[in-house]
Amino acid sequence: MKRWQFIVPLVLFVVLLGFLGVGLNLNPREVPSPLIGKPAPAFKLARLDDPAQQIGREDLLGKVWILNVWASWCVACREEHPILVDYAKRTGSVPIYGLNYKDQRDDALRWLARFGDPYKASIIDRDGKVGIDYGVYGVPETFVIDKQGQIRFKQIGPVTPEVLRDKIEPLLKKLQTENVVNPA
Amino acid sequence: MWSTLPKLLRSLAFVALGALLAGAGTASAKEAVPTAADPVLEAKLWEIAVELRCLVCQNQTIADSNADLAVDLRNQVREMLRQGKSNREIIDYMTARYGDFVLYRPPVKGTTWLLWFGPAVFLLGGVTILFLVLRRRSKLAADAFEPDQPETPEEPEQAGQPAPGAR
Repeated sequence: MKRWQFIVPLVLFVVLLGFLGVGLNLNPREVPSPLIGKPAPAFKLARLDDPAQQIGREDLLGKVWILNVWASWCVACREEHPILVDYAKRTGSVPIYGLNYKDQRDDALRWLARFGDPYKASIIDRDGKVGIDYGVYGVPETFVIDKQGQIRFKQIGPVTPEVLRDKIEPLLKKLQTENVVNPA
Repeated sequence: MWSTLPKLLRSLAFVALGALLAGAGTASAKEAVPTAADPVLEAKLWEIAVELRCLVCQNQTIADSNADLAVDLRNQVREMLRQGKSNREIIDYMTARYGDFVLYRPPVKGTTWLLWFGPAVFLLGGVTILFLVLRRRSKLAADAFEPDQPETPEEPEQAGQPAPGAR
């Protein structure tokens, strides 16, 4: 009896410590996306470099691609940008498409001219509607979309060299070997 | 120094202060009441907006927040209301994109069981332990406890009029 009086509170305390420890290491800004494993939402948007042309989700079916949400007003995007530029130069096996989120076209073009353009193409989401469909709330955000057009990964906030090396690149390799079953 | 100011300057200062206060008043009023063509729609919008979390400033609802995203989401809700969508459909639309975290009131389900019923479990546990301890103590003989009063004679000052609230 006496021994239990000592052990039970101790066990409860350790359990509590465990919860608090895990809680401390969670980032409350990273809200898990419910879109992982779901088909990427449809869109049809004008290209940044040539607004007369449009790109839609169905144009990209059958290949693995990266969607990077960016804006010229977004400070964290500058931090991330050189990593994307380097990635595009280094491999380029997987195209990056930019979603230019709630930006001015002139500002966006100037930004790309200044910092480099890693994108196969950027598309204009002037009013952020497509952003809402993709659950965007903190630019930059990056999605990996597979050959079936399903979202397989989402990075909230800047892609760091570690995230690219340890998470995105291995996933891209794996996705590229997958066969298209039935593009939806 | 104030009294030495010319009368005209003084009245000008009052006018300026008045204008400033009036300006501040309309600015805060604008935040609370958005420009609305349709008050019924706006009322419905606000009813939904207080249920949805702004993901940029996470401790505010999209009704409280003036972050860009909150404004966009309010516009989205407004548009969906105009299309005749029900509250349920709008809430589902938001959770499909942003997850349950967008809800200020988390749904009751397997993963939120602890969140909803944890406090009641802790309360019941506490009451049970209290009950057990009290029952055990009530069965003990009186000499198992330390006496309530010290057995030394009372101090002289305690012998007098007790102060109000003294034990």
